[in-house]
Amino acid sequence: MAIIEAPLEREIEVTRETGGMLRRKDVLDLQWMERDEIETVLRNTASFKEILARPIKKVPTLRGKSVVTLFYESSTRTRTSFELAGKMMSADVVNISAASSSVAKGESLKDTALTLEAMGMDLIVIRHPTSGAPDYVAQTVRIPVINAGDGMHEHPTQGLLDLYTLRETKGRIEGLKVLIVGDLTHSRVARSNVWGLLKMGAEVRLCGPRTLVPLGIDSLGVRVYEDLDEAMQGVDVVNVLRIQLERQEKGLFPTLREYSERWGVSARRLQRAAPGVTVMHPGPMNRGVEISPEVADAGYSVITAQVTNGVAVRMALLYLLLGGQGGSI
Amino acid sequence: MPVTEAAAVLVMTEDDIRRALTRVAHEIVERNRGAEDVVLVGIQRKGVPLAQRLQALIRKIEGVEVPVGSLDITLYRDDVMSRRGEVRSTQVPVDVTGHIVVLVDEVFFTGRTIRAALDAVTDLGRPAAVQLGVLVDRGHRELPIRPDYVGKNLPTSRREHVDVRLRELDGEDAVYIDKPE
Repeated sequence: MAIIEAPLEREIEVTRETGGMLRRKDVLDLQWMERDEIETVLRNTASFKEILARPIKKVPTLRGKSVVTLFYESSTRTRTSFELAGKMMSADVVNISAASSSVAKGESLKDTALTLEAMGMDLIVIRHPTSGAPDYVAQTVRIPVINAGDGMHEHPTQGLLDLYTLRETKGRIEGLKVLIVGDLTHSRVARSNVWGLLKMGAEVRLCGPRTLVPLGIDSLGVRVYEDLDEAMQGVDVVNVLRIQLERQEKGLFPTLREYSERWGVSARRLQRAAPGVTVMHPGPMNRGVEISPEVADAGYSVITAQVTNGVAVRMALLYLLLGGQGGSI
Repeated sequence: MPVTEAAAVLVMTEDDIRRALTRVAHEIVERNRGAEDVVLVGIQRKGVPLAQRLQALIRKIEGVEVPVGSLDITLYRDDVMSRRGEVRSTQVPVDVTGHIVVLVDEVFFTGRTIRAALDAVTDLGRPAAVQLGVLVDRGHRELPIRPDYVGKNLPTSRREHVDVRLRELDGEDAVYIDKPE
């Protein structure tokens, strides 16, 4: 099993000066995103969040631009979040899911991407079960590509919205002790969070069944625990990962009940954390498995705030990737 | 400091700016028969400190605390796709519906910024009226929009640059015209 599936470092296309914008055409991962670019996204997100609170949630910025969401895996929240973000900025949003498209007729990813570009799409949002697929698409087309989750690689927009939510809740990221609990091997959310948190100066702890923790992950500069109580000691934030129920069928953990008892986050377990602990979850939740219903609904859980911030982060990314391009057309 | 290659001419001093703003504050109060319904909204960035100064001046004149907000118009510009820039905060502390919104900016030039600002304000609500106050009106309108309150009319050529410097952001109060060589 690959420890970290990362695309090879390639030349990052310098499309524009820094000037408060991103220095890249695409957002594919947080591993290769610089700290100042992450800062830029987080700063812009705050401004876009204000739009979400208005009575009229629409600005004309991306009028005449088309955004396509190309999803080869099912998703409700991420796809809806991108769609809303595009619509609130007046872009035209087209949604394609693999099951109902010519993908089902056997069209290759390359041809699908080139077709969308030829139709005049201005940006592709892609989710794919294969790690690295968005990277491949990004090299195939000239328009910007956003990775909405690829295989076991990364989910950078989730990583960014988690960073934003942390900063909003805690006032800072630097120096925070953040624990990520659950299926670390298969989780792209965990990978994006680890990269992002380390870049922003947080202390990262990981905890999960030994069968679901990649070997050698501690070489990234994180601490790995098997015992949740030990891992929980004094942490400021607990990010609970979704446990995919089919993993149990593959024998990676014995039963859901055992998982819940050893690695489920409950109010009792949280007593070991620092006072004022914050609980996050990328959704969708399995209440009673990785997170107890009591914790999910508690005041210290920011799970719905994460969803709201997700829309704002995606608005900021659409603005940063599509803004400032028209001059060259 | 002003661009080194260009010849910079000082056109307003700190005292000039203070006197002009004081007059504008009086005009706002006079035109609106008080300041009860007024909301001052500064356009990012230099309109924001100017709106705050007008608030302080109106407090002195009328003893009324007028709400102050900030407006970022980046997302509403007709050239948003060819410019780049960070989106700054839009914060208007009251519902603008039914209020008299006085937009505040440092320089009035083509009117395109104000066109965008009108769209932005409309998205926040339905004001009873929208008025415009600027420190400098330099001419060259391209749209049927003109300011209601002007600190100083300053005839310029299109090639010149008007540089408004404010204590809060630049460490000094002054207005220069930079003439290209």
